[in-house]
Amino acid sequence: MTSDVLPGPVQETGEIFDVTRLGEYTQFTVVAPGVARGFKPGQFVAIAVGGRDTSMLLRRSFALYGVQPGAEFAGTIQFVVAAKGGGTEWLLRRQIGDTLDLVGPLGVPFPLPRASVPAVLVGGGYGTAPLLPLAQVLLAQGSDVEMIVGAATASRLFGEMQAKRIIGKVTVTTDDGTAGQRGWVTDPLPSAIERLGAEIVYACGPMGMLRAVGEVAGAHAIPAQVAVEESMACGIGVCMTCVLPVRDGDGVSRFVRSCVEGPVFDAGRIRWADVGTVPADLFGADGN
Amino acid sequence: MGTPTVDISTSLASFELPNPVLTASGCAAAGRELSPFFDVAELGGIVTKSIMMKPRSGRSTPRMAETPSGMLNSIGLQGPGVDSFIEHDLKWLHESGARTVVSIAGHNTDEFVALARRLYDQPMDLLEVNISCPNVENRGQVFACDAIAATRVISAVRRAANPNVPIFAKLTPDVTDIGYIARAVAEAGADGISLINTLLGLVIDLDTLRPALGGVTGGLSGPAIRPVALRCVWQVHQAVPHLPLLGMGGIKTGKDALQFILAGASAVSVGTAVFHDPTAPIRIIAELSDELAARGFSSLRDAIGFAHLSSEQQAAYFAAQTAVPVGR
Repeated sequence: MTSDVLPGPVQETGEIFDVTRLGEYTQFTVVAPGVARGFKPGQFVAIAVGGRDTSMLLRRSFALYGVQPGAEFAGTIQFVVAAKGGGTEWLLRRQIGDTLDLVGPLGVPFPLPRASVPAVLVGGGYGTAPLLPLAQVLLAQGSDVEMIVGAATASRLFGEMQAKRIIGKVTVTTDDGTAGQRGWVTDPLPSAIERLGAEIVYACGPMGMLRAVGEVAGAHAIPAQVAVEESMACGIGVCMTCVLPVRDGDGVSRFVRSCVEGPVFDAGRIRWADVGTVPADLFGADGN
Repeated sequence: MGTPTVDISTSLASFELPNPVLTASGCAAAGRELSPFFDVAELGGIVTKSIMMKPRSGRSTPRMAETPSGMLNSIGLQGPGVDSFIEHDLKWLHESGARTVVSIAGHNTDEFVALARRLYDQPMDLLEVNISCPNVENRGQVFACDAIAATRVISAVRRAANPNVPIFAKLTPDVTDIGYIARAVAEAGADGISLINTLLGLVIDLDTLRPALGGVTGGLSGPAIRPVALRCVWQVHQAVPHLPLLGMGGIKTGKDALQFILAGASAVSVGTAVFHDPTAPIRIIAELSDELAARGFSSLRDAIGFAHLSSEQQAAYFAAQTAVPVGR
């Protein structure tokens, strides 16, 4: 782990520089030097939707990748949007030259090993996005990296071409077999861990996938660092809506905020079976 | 050019504020998370999330659902307990130079009293007594729905709390006659009233065909509730005209804040808007000042409750203002 002091999040208006369709997803490239400046892999940006008089008050959060810190040109960020509801549909109607109200970079980044260690990266759907810059950092450290990219069907895969360009060794899975091997990302994971002698797994994707990845890593006695996608209202740690039951180093479990204490967690610390409940031994449960 | 300078200082009982914009309880944690975006000492004050004696986990997830121009939340007063709050949060606020309103919540009158005693010597400018959180297991715990229960809590807290610290009762709009509750807490010794808390609401998830929130019901906030909040401020100002009011409910702009001032609030809290725009409270200070100037007010205090005046009384005020030499 590095002990750099992060510059902290900023709020800025960013101009859309490029919009590209990628399968069922749309990739935005936005000029946002303040967000780009402090970025580390695993962090996200929270975007206001609907314009000034919007009836949609809550920001939408997106994992960042493709971040180019400012140098000769102003810094840019990339994120990927899938149509889910009114807010993302509004975003998908934005065009090059339109501006967005951004807050970022937010959240705790993926912890990095001190030295190079073999690592397997597992992405589900657009959960591959934050793993792309992570792969670059790990490779730059001299780590051996393999990646598994999966989705329900071929059109929902994201980033497999970019991953191939960065890493070379990429395994693709789809539930329906329309691309790569038929099945889940956890099917090729054990052999990837063993082949590489992996000492850590990194993952981002749906909760069920993250839990399964954590179990496979646990069975190989290695940690899994996973970035969760909890629904958030503020993204900056003030609203307390995005909490998960997480066990800390002393064995005490607490509701912790995914936005500021995550989105990256050690999978072994998340009490997956208790998500959506208040377990009786949770810190403060007796105070309710 | 140059808009005439408006004096926007105000007071909430003995608490003097350089400007009338505060955060709202439960929408700013204890201020620290907003410090990357602005200097918390520049606000009228930080109102902290309601604290209880013991640590409290709060309710299960999902805790939030977006609604038209608003949101429904069901946090359930998650918090670290008062000891940790004093040691970490209140200490940080004090060191940051922030004016601080501490919000307290209790299961019963004894807990409210214990909190007032525990906080007796702590650095704070005002104590907000949250007798109206909707996210508690037993709706009977919503003291502000019952004048007798509300009176009991407020009079006990007023006796137990530091006499130099004003106490404000936080009221719910979910009552038949909010003016009646306001008179009851005023007689019980409240130095002022904060209003409104969220409205009890429900959203059904059409995928699961079940309530969207883990806590089933939740508190509705945001611009959707602004007219209800304004109505409550209006009615309570009429019921207890001598008491200062801290108004809140869907304030997103300086224009919104001005409506609350005109209805009778001496200061305003900005809540859910912070989730949309973390710098909203700071922006609203400047916008409110401009809106007052644009309408010919020389001070914010003059505008408090101004909408209750007849048009003749209002005209007389503005005539007197123009008689004063510019640059006074």
